[in-house]
Amino acid sequence: MSIVRCEDLCMHYDNINAVCRVNFSVEDGDYLCIVGENGSGKSTLMKGILGLLPPSHGQVQFTGIKQNEIGYLPQQTQVQKDFPASVYEVTISGCRSRRGLRPFYSKKEHQRADEMLALLGISDLKHRSYRALSGGQQQRVLLARALCATKKLLLLDEPAAGLDPSATKELYQIIHDLNQKHGVTIIMVSHDINGAMAYSTKILHMATHVLFFGTKEDYAKTEDYARLAGGVCHG
Amino acid sequence: MVDTLLSVFSYTFMSRALVVGLMVSLCAALLGVCLVLKRYSMIGDGLSHVGFGALSVAMACNVAPLVVSIPVVVLAAFFLLRLSETGKIKGDAAIAMVSSSALAFGVIVTALSGGMNADVQGYMFGSILAMSRSDVVLSLALSFVVLLLFILFYHDIFAVTFDEAFARATGMQVRFCNMLIAFLTAITVVVGMRMMGALLMSSLIIFPALTAMRLFTSFKAVVLCAAVSSMLCFFIGMLLSFFLSIPAGASVVAVSLIVFLLFSLLAKIKA
Repeated sequence: MSIVRCEDLCMHYDNINAVCRVNFSVEDGDYLCIVGENGSGKSTLMKGILGLLPPSHGQVQFTGIKQNEIGYLPQQTQVQKDFPASVYEVTISGCRSRRGLRPFYSKKEHQRADEMLALLGISDLKHRSYRALSGGQQQRVLLARALCATKKLLLLDEPAAGLDPSATKELYQIIHDLNQKHGVTIIMVSHDINGAMAYSTKILHMATHVLFFGTKEDYAKTEDYARLAGGVCHG
Repeated sequence: MVDTLLSVFSYTFMSRALVVGLMVSLCAALLGVCLVLKRYSMIGDGLSHVGFGALSVAMACNVAPLVVSIPVVVLAAFFLLRLSETGKIKGDAAIAMVSSSALAFGVIVTALSGGMNADVQGYMFGSILAMSRSDVVLSLALSFVVLLLFILFYHDIFAVTFDEAFARATGMQVRFCNMLIAFLTAITVVVGMRMMGALLMSSLIIFPALTAMRLFTSFKAVVLCAAVSSMLCFFIGMLLSFFLSIPAGASVVAVSLIVFLLFSLLAKIKA
């Protein structure tokens, strides 16, 4: 069953055609990596899936999930690096869409935040300060927050950016486990082509339009892969 | 000692100034935490300058000051927010531009309509004599509205301050929330500026947040500490202003600075 389907999706960004006639679908349980060079429309496409930017043509369809139920892991901002917040405060803010118009979180939402911290093995960090954590730990907290929003679909924007190699490997392993053991569908935008090939099941190679969409085994045979892996890899 | 303190409250103007000032300090501290974290510290400064411009016009036209300045400052707040969002001119530069223009406009209007008088001086540097009875009622009502909305939207304000992209993706009305913060800031600035003065009002917004962030690491603790330290600094500042006959705004800022340095020192010792 496909849970996200882009049909003939076009998007403008700063009056430039950033995404052009993109068609693909993500099945339940997929681990899709969106790769491509800088300015290839990866981020714009992701914003389209999240509903942060409107499509200029075509549409994004969801089955069994609403657009605001995607667990999203954005890139870290400068503001967050010295933001005074406890790990728990950050995590539970992922329950926002469950809360609706109630001004405060219910017991059930507190429980969920606890469960997600436990799932990612960071229950012991609960009362620690977010800004005092290492980069890898911070990403885990943001993952826990994203999982508070949903356990069906995670959308990650270059989650390994700024992490050292061992933290990167650990993070990929966690995401892999979420996908394999907990059935979370993953869509990840990545610069790291080697990481993408190691863990994902499907690849979407963007260059404003779709260069390749299919399984990673098929992708490994293409020239596009050879070019991306050979020269402009940033990972 | 106690008698001297009690004697302060026997003056109507002092008890008025203290009641309103404590409420305003509380509101300013709460909003200040998210303004500082969102890198909008200068918004309080810009808005109080706009408020000064509005007050000068109100005085020149002989109408009630709050009636004119509230809508003008609220509009300015939305405008500044919009400028920072669209990013055509960088947020801080935009605010600096608007703020000095409004101040210049106010000064020109004042000069043309009869020159500086004691009231204008009070608006610039603050005065504890500023509050009339109806001002007190209106100011308290506005402060309660700000406080109530802040508490009701506390978790949303946290989410928007910490991570706008995530908040938007989970279906939050980020723009509404930003406008709410700007709106509440505008109201707080207008109510507070006549006591603190246009030039010193922003300190009420910035100091408590920065002070609290020296020592505390969770959002809730920072908010609570900012609220307490803000009210405490205001209270001590007002007493000093009364006993030493120095302008209220300056005296509150001086106390805030000392508390900030004290907290910084404590943070150093702790680390």
